[in-house]
Amino acid sequence: MNFPRQNKAEQIELKKSDLLSSGWSRDARKNAYDRLLRTGFPTSRDEYWKYTNPVTLTKKIVDKSSIMDDQAADIFVIANPVRIVFVNGVFAPEKSDKCDTSEIVIEQLSDVKQLDFHWAKDIYGRYESLSQDPVPRPLAAYNTAFANDGIVIHVKDCIERPINIIYENTDEYSDVILHHVIKVDDKAALTVLENGSAAARLNQVMEVELGDNATFNHVRVLGRDHERRVATHIFGELKGHSKFNSFTLTINGVLTRNECFLNIAGDSAAAHISGACVGDGDFHHDDTVFVTHDSVEAESRQVFKKVLRNGATGVFQGKILVKPDAQKTDGYQISQSLLLDEDSQFLAKPELEIYADDVACSHGSTSGAIDEEALFYLTSRGISKPIAIDMLTIAFLAEAVEEIESENLKDIILKLLVSWLDRHRN
Amino acid sequence: MLKISNLHVSLEDEDKQILKGVDLAVDAGKVHAIMGPNGSGKSTLSYVLSGKDGYKVTGGNVELNGSDILELDPEERAALGLFLAFQYPIEIPGVGNMTFLRTALNSQRKARGEEEISAADFLKLVREKAATLKIDADMLKRPVNVGFSGGEKKRNEILQMAMLEPKVCILDETDSGLDVDAMKLVAKGVNALRDNGRGFFGNNTLPTSFGPYKARRGTHNGGWKNC
Repeated sequence: MNFPRQNKAEQIELKKSDLLSSGWSRDARKNAYDRLLRTGFPTSRDEYWKYTNPVTLTKKIVDKSSIMDDQAADIFVIANPVRIVFVNGVFAPEKSDKCDTSEIVIEQLSDVKQLDFHWAKDIYGRYESLSQDPVPRPLAAYNTAFANDGIVIHVKDCIERPINIIYENTDEYSDVILHHVIKVDDKAALTVLENGSAAARLNQVMEVELGDNATFNHVRVLGRDHERRVATHIFGELKGHSKFNSFTLTINGVLTRNECFLNIAGDSAAAHISGACVGDGDFHHDDTVFVTHDSVEAESRQVFKKVLRNGATGVFQGKILVKPDAQKTDGYQISQSLLLDEDSQFLAKPELEIYADDVACSHGSTSGAIDEEALFYLTSRGISKPIAIDMLTIAFLAEAVEEIESENLKDIILKLLVSWLDRHRN
Repeated sequence: MLKISNLHVSLEDEDKQILKGVDLAVDAGKVHAIMGPNGSGKSTLSYVLSGKDGYKVTGGNVELNGSDILELDPEERAALGLFLAFQYPIEIPGVGNMTFLRTALNSQRKARGEEEISAADFLKLVREKAATLKIDADMLKRPVNVGFSGGEKKRNEILQMAMLEPKVCILDETDSGLDVDAMKLVAKGVNALRDNGRGFFGNNTLPTSFGPYKARRGTHNGGWKNC
């Protein structure tokens, strides 16, 4: 194969024989494979990967990661979810709950991909391929071509119980590619929760299609301190009056790149994307977000907060594109970092590209240290300095956590942050 | 109780001396008032006693109940019973007032080897103290001082003082920016804390400010005199 810009010996081999040869996803996989051959894998010379070196995501050999105790990973149990469990990237039916109602159909990608026809054919790879313009996302194309499992969810009504996808990992060298497809019908609603240590290396795509007046809430917790390398992608399209809300908490890990690409196609739809991350030491975290407004009176919010210490690096690349007819757009974007020492760094590239003339769009990006006045105020009341710093850290992250709609889920995330800070107190 | 002897202080970053030999003894059961023009170092004295960074003690010492406190961190001084009511209380978005109060109270108890207060007992105590200062439940739930009016911020300072029950209370222009009604509430809160085991000192530019506290007065201008 011809890979124009990377040392062939070092990168993942793309074998046509590994492509699925039959079934409804064949065309999408073949299409993604061809696109990937044209672009090659990303390198740090690409503008879109300027701040994040993708080599550990694309090289042939997976770096080792320690195994976490996943018994402690049942963090969303209080929300009474339907549990879907993957172990080392393979669906584990014996650990998963059954969900037999007519309002929702949950299937396993590896189960249904051999069928000749499936509703997911119209979505699988579609939003991923649309996301390749204006900037190629080769890792997502790679995922579409070679994903070995995932879940396929069709929601026909409002589903009260959240779906909790849990990713367990028992292999120090697991290399996992998952591709989920979610279709939420008109007026239907779904909450998806994700957590677990997943893999030593994870490449994940989630394609979401929201019908008119549909609601999709998504809360995920990436990682539990182990040395994982992760690239996740969310691709979605929102129709009229639909609501999309996705929050990601990232806890440590060596390399994390979370991409989100949304197209607001319907009038008065709302897309909220937010994230909080805490990084300590050898940690690189990248949020890359692209929201396109292609309808009137729609709203989008991007709220990202990062706490970095002991040499950790945070990256934010966020863009709001407002097309010429997207009048009355309300766009908001904020990315902030709290740097707890001089060795840590935050690199931000906030962008607005606006072609409509009646819009309200704002963006801001800041980096700062702990507020010394606030720290003195707390310590002067008897609170020890490390605990006072933790309190201010939680306060800093709270603005992103507040983006989660459910109070229950908000509490779970805040408790996770508090317990992480307790375990990592300097 | 609090004994300041010949205290000399300059700014850490520049060679500017602010306090040039302050002597002050704050006894239990007494309220002392310190007056002086703007820029004479009243707030500096408050900050130095509380342990704020940015100041260099170039001479003298400060003892609290016989212990030298100048080498201690702010939280250690607080646990020994020192409390500073800030002239401009800091807003801390994201930190709930109740969480802050409970963490402060339990941190001090822990430092003194006492048992932490239970959630139920804490709630009972804070409601009782808040009622006397007309602090409603909403103010207790909100983030520390965020969106509080000037009067609410000062009442919140007195609430913290009432909860933490310090030995020595420093009131740094606590009355500034208050209207008459708020002033009365704050004075009532302060006077309710007066007993034979607790000493106060406050500072202000205006002698009339100390009326409600029935204080002993001292004055200074640049170099400090005994109060």
